[in-house]
Amino acid sequence: MNRVIAIFTKESFLVPVAAIILGLLTGAVAMLAGGFNPIQAYASLVEKVFGSSYNFGETIRQITPLIFTGLSVAFAFRTGLFNIGAEGQFIIGMIASTAVGISFDLPAYIHAPLAVIAGALAGGLWGAIAGWLKAARGVNEVITTIMLNWIALYFANYVVKAFYLQEGQQRSEMIKDSASISFAWLSQMFDSARLHWGTLLAILAAVFFYILLWKTKSGFELRAVGLNPHASEYAGMNVNRNVVNAMFVGGMFAGIGGACEILGVFHYQSIMAAQPGYGFDGIAVALIGGNTPLGVILGAILFGMLTFGAAGMKFGAGVPVELIRVVISSVIFFVAAHGIVKFFIKPLLQKKEGGN
Amino acid sequence: MDWGVIIGNLIHDTIVFSTALIFAALGGMYSERSGVVNIALEGMMVIGAFTGAVFTFFAQDSFGSLAPWIGLVGACIAGALFATPHAVASITFKADQVVSGVALNFLATGLSVYLTKIIFNGAGQTTTLQQVFSKWHIPVLSDIPILGHAIFEGYPTSYIAFALVALSWYLLFKTSFGLRLRAVGEHPRAADTVGINVKRMRYTAVMISGALAAMGGATIALTTTSNFSHNTVSGQGFIALAALIFGKWHPAGAMGAALFFGVAQAIKSLVQIFGLTKYVPTEVIFMLPYILTILVLAGVVGRSSAPAALGKVYDTGSR
Repeated sequence: MNRVIAIFTKESFLVPVAAIILGLLTGAVAMLAGGFNPIQAYASLVEKVFGSSYNFGETIRQITPLIFTGLSVAFAFRTGLFNIGAEGQFIIGMIASTAVGISFDLPAYIHAPLAVIAGALAGGLWGAIAGWLKAARGVNEVITTIMLNWIALYFANYVVKAFYLQEGQQRSEMIKDSASISFAWLSQMFDSARLHWGTLLAILAAVFFYILLWKTKSGFELRAVGLNPHASEYAGMNVNRNVVNAMFVGGMFAGIGGACEILGVFHYQSIMAAQPGYGFDGIAVALIGGNTPLGVILGAILFGMLTFGAAGMKFGAGVPVELIRVVISSVIFFVAAHGIVKFFIKPLLQKKEGGN
Repeated sequence: MDWGVIIGNLIHDTIVFSTALIFAALGGMYSERSGVVNIALEGMMVIGAFTGAVFTFFAQDSFGSLAPWIGLVGACIAGALFATPHAVASITFKADQVVSGVALNFLATGLSVYLTKIIFNGAGQTTTLQQVFSKWHIPVLSDIPILGHAIFEGYPTSYIAFALVALSWYLLFKTSFGLRLRAVGEHPRAADTVGINVKRMRYTAVMISGALAAMGGATIALTTTSNFSHNTVSGQGFIALAALIFGKWHPAGAMGAALFFGVAQAIKSLVQIFGLTKYVPTEVIFMLPYILTILVLAGVVGRSSAPAALGKVYDTGSR
C-alpha cells in the first residue's frame, strides 16, 4: 500500500497532474469571464468524447498523430535536444506518403508499407537536417527546427500545387486505394469513424521507443549524450553522430504520424494555409508525459480527448472551441514553470516527507 | 508601367510589410539581449493585433481618427502584460524559456480568437474597422517623383518603427541602461557583482519586448488588414525572430533584415502582377527568409552569434 502511495506522491506524477488541474481551472476561469458555465462545458466535452461510437472512434483518430509527434519530441529530448520541428517533420511525412500514394501502382501489401516508410524516411531526414546543423555547425536546433517547419509547409504546398493538384480544388488528387491504411472493419464497428492501422503503429512506435532507448547500447549512448555530452565524449562516444541519429529517429516518428494522417484519414493532401498543429501539440504531449513512452500515450489521450471534445463544449455550453487551446497552453505553461506548480502541491510533498 | 514607378511601388510596399517585422524584431532584441529567449514573438504579435483591433473598434465611434492611436497604445500595454507570465516563468521560476514561449504562442491564438468570438457574437474575426491608420503625405517631400511615393507616403507606424530603431540603438549602445542590459545578457554574474539587479533588468527587457512585438501586431491589423482574425499574423512573429538573428541581434541589422524580408513579400505581389508565378513559385518566396536564416546560422553567409548567456537561467546562488 505504501508503494502505491509512493507512486502517487512522486513528483514526476504529481507535477503533471497538478498542471492539468491548474490548466482546467484556468480554462474554467476564462469561461466564467466569458459568461459560460464551466461545469456544463466540461461535462459536454466528456459527453462528446464518449457519447457515441462514432465520436469515440474519431477521438482515437485524433489521439493517434499526437502519440507520434509526442514520441518525436520526447525522443529528441532524451538526447538533450529540443525538437520544435515535429510539425515540419510531420508535414514532410505527409507529402512524401502522398507522393508515393499517388505516383505508384502497386499491390496493397507493398504500396501501403512503402508509403509509410517513405513518410518515415522523409520525416527522419528532415529532422536530421537540424541534427546535422547542430552537430557540424553548432547551430541551436530550436531556431533551425522553427525555420524548417515553415520551409516544410511551403515546400509541401508547392509540391501539391506543382505535381499532384486535383483540378479546381485546393488539394491533391486522391491516393490510390492500394496505399490506404484505413481499417474498414474497425471503422464499421465505430459507425464509419476514420480509424486506421496507424493507431497500432503508434503503439508499436512507443514500444520501439522504449526498447531502443532502454534496452540497447545505442539507446544508452543517446541517453548518455542527453544527460551529459561532455562525459559521453570523454567516454568515447561520438556526440555529434548521436545528435544526428536522435533527430533522425525523432523525425521518423513524426514522419510516420504525417503519413498515417494521409494514408489512413484524408487520402489526399490539402494546400495548407497554416501549420496543422500536431507537432506543436506533440510538445505538450511530450512534456506532460515526462518524455517517457507510456507518458506520451497518456498525454496524447488527454490532449486528443480535449481537442476532439471541444466541439462538444461548443454544442453543449456555447463555449468557442478555441477555449481548449487556452487550457492546453496553460498546461504546458504550468509544466514548464513547475516551480509554480510545486508551490501549489507543497502540502502533498511535505506530507510524504513527514510520513517517512 | 514604367520601371521608376514599379520600383517606387516596390519600395513603398516593402516598407509597409516590414514595419510590423521591425517592431517585433526590436522587441525580440531587448529580451534576447538580456538573456531571455523569446520565441513567443508570434504570440505577442497576435495579442497586439487583437487588442489593437478591439481597442480601435470600441474607440472609433467616440474618438474618430484618433481611435487607431488608442488601439496602438492599448496593444502596447496588453503586450507588456501578456509578456509578464513569460518573465515570471523564465526568470523567477527558472522554467525552460523555450517551453514557456511555446505555451505563450499557443495561448495567444487560443485566447484572442476565444475573446473575439465572445465580443463579436461568435464571429471568428472582428468586424472591419472604420478607423485605421491612413497614410501620411509628408508635405514637399512626397512630391518628389518616385522617391516621394516610395518613402514619404507611408503609414505613421512605419515612421515610428524607424524612429524606434534609432532610439533602440542609442539606448543599447550609448546609455548606461543599454550597457547594463547587454551585460546581463552576456555575463550576468559579473553584472550582479557590480550591483546590477539582473532579475529586474530581465523583467524590464521581457516586458519591453512584449510591448514592441504587440505594437507590430497592431500595425498589421490597423494598416493592412483592417480587422483581426486568426490568420492576421500567421507566422510573421517567426519571420521577425529570423530577422533578429539574421540581423545579428543589432537594431540596425534587425531593421535591415526586416526590410529584406519585406522585399520578399512585396516582390510576391509584383510577381503576381507580371504573371511570373510560373517561373518563381510564390512558395519559394515565402520560404526565403527561413532558408536564409538557416544559412546565416550555419555560417554560410556570415556568422551570427547570440548573446552569451542567452537562455541560461541566472541563479544568484550558483557559481
